[in-house]
Amino acid sequence: MSFPAPETNDLNRPYWDGLAAGELRHQHCSNCGNNWLPAREACPRCLATDPVWQPASGRGRIVSWVVYHKAYHNAFADRVPYDVSLVELDEGPRLLTNIVDSDAGRALSIGALVELKIEREGDLTLARFRLVSDEGTA
Amino acid sequence: MRGKAVIAGVGHTIYGKHPGRDRISLIVEACRNALQDAGIEKDMVDGVLVKMANSEPSILYGQKVAEALGLQPRVGASLDQGGAANIALISYAAMAVDAGLMDIALVCYGDTPRTGSRQVYHRPRGDDAVFGWYATAAGYAMIHQAYAQKHACRPEHFGAVAVQCRANGAENPQGHLNKPITLDDYMESPLLIEPLRRDDCCLISDGGAAVVVMSAERAKQLGIANAVPVLGFGQGQESWDVHLRPNLTETSAAASADTAFKMAGLEPGNIDVAQLYDCFTVTVLLTLEDYGLAKRGQAGPMAAQGALALDGSLPLNTSGGLLSESGTPGLQLVIEGVRQMRGDARLQIEGAKTCIVSNQGGSMHTHATMILGNPS
Repeated sequence: MSFPAPETNDLNRPYWDGLAAGELRHQHCSNCGNNWLPAREACPRCLATDPVWQPASGRGRIVSWVVYHKAYHNAFADRVPYDVSLVELDEGPRLLTNIVDSDAGRALSIGALVELKIEREGDLTLARFRLVSDEGTA
Repeated sequence: MRGKAVIAGVGHTIYGKHPGRDRISLIVEACRNALQDAGIEKDMVDGVLVKMANSEPSILYGQKVAEALGLQPRVGASLDQGGAANIALISYAAMAVDAGLMDIALVCYGDTPRTGSRQVYHRPRGDDAVFGWYATAAGYAMIHQAYAQKHACRPEHFGAVAVQCRANGAENPQGHLNKPITLDDYMESPLLIEPLRRDDCCLISDGGAAVVVMSAERAKQLGIANAVPVLGFGQGQESWDVHLRPNLTETSAAASADTAFKMAGLEPGNIDVAQLYDCFTVTVLLTLEDYGLAKRGQAGPMAAQGALALDGSLPLNTSGGLLSESGTPGLQLVIEGVRQMRGDARLQIEGAKTCIVSNQGGSMHTHATMILGNPS
């Protein structure tokens, strides 16, 4: 079975184009300064309708995560167990992702620092993350 | 609104499997039983309110149900609020009766995801399916993880909820699952979406349920002696999807309960028995805390210490809940609450004067609360 495909449209195309160009973008409200994902026409805080796309630093932290031991779609059958993790970017937006390149035995944990690792998945370009050393941080 | 409306009758089908039957037939059976329980004729009903079917949402659904009941009610509608809808509908029925829009209402639900399609519970969750984000359980697993990490909650704390609901459900011959489990069974049940074990997850059941709502005054006039007063109700909406909401470990169930307690003129300490929506064990722990029935972070230890047992300080889900009686969304909890207040529950809590019932839907997106009292 084919890999699930996101629904792209005029509203979210800058997000997917950004990943293809090597950067993770989020929306920013010029009126109130709010940052968010996923794409919306209006800022969910002040309802202003002129959001701009900005590149994210690619750094964030894990808020929570789960590990699938069962595949609900054939495309993931040979990947179990796999994680889906909730990451909050330093700029504020939250997103779901997979944590990749984690050393065996290095468990995920809430608050763990992560950084962007853009990966190709067939025709798609996805924003995945990897754990980073927390040395030098408060 | 305290005590103005009553639940004058309750009815349901057997819960579990109904191969070959359609969901509206189950609703009709449940409504027939509820009308019989109330001792009223069908044609006295002038309100039909139905929760949208989870496994097949459709337009003008309330009208299809009223048609099958052979009714042309003054008020008829269906509501989509996920699992919070049934208590929400009872509260809307109470207010519509009070406002004179209708006299007697049936609030009902039926579905067949067990023998029909359960695809709704396994569906991809939007564009995040590219990360493997599938199934209703996943959102609860995310909440379970965050809650367990924040409060250093152990698997045994979640397991205590499952063990209690399964023990109560084992005594319920009309329930879906009559198989009690031990804590060891719980610990050994397989991980589905970690940290969720199989026994953290509710059943997927076929079944129908219905309640009859009218004013207390009307029930008195009709001589319905055991009509159960609705002392308070409320709602709260989380709105943000799980991964976007700012706080994973506290929910708008707090607002829902606060509204209900104020209407009832009661406080958490006044509640004698609880029927809490146990679609997943973490839902019960969060609801206990959001409702003020447990201190933050203490619901797990409270469960593990036996407070939710039949002889505990707050008996929980006395007919088995979603984990054991039926995975259908919410009315079975209301019906058991009504029985506890009437004094005719199978596992009756002696002297119980108040019962709180929670309904919630989505991934803890929607919350509705009801407080019931003894018949006067």
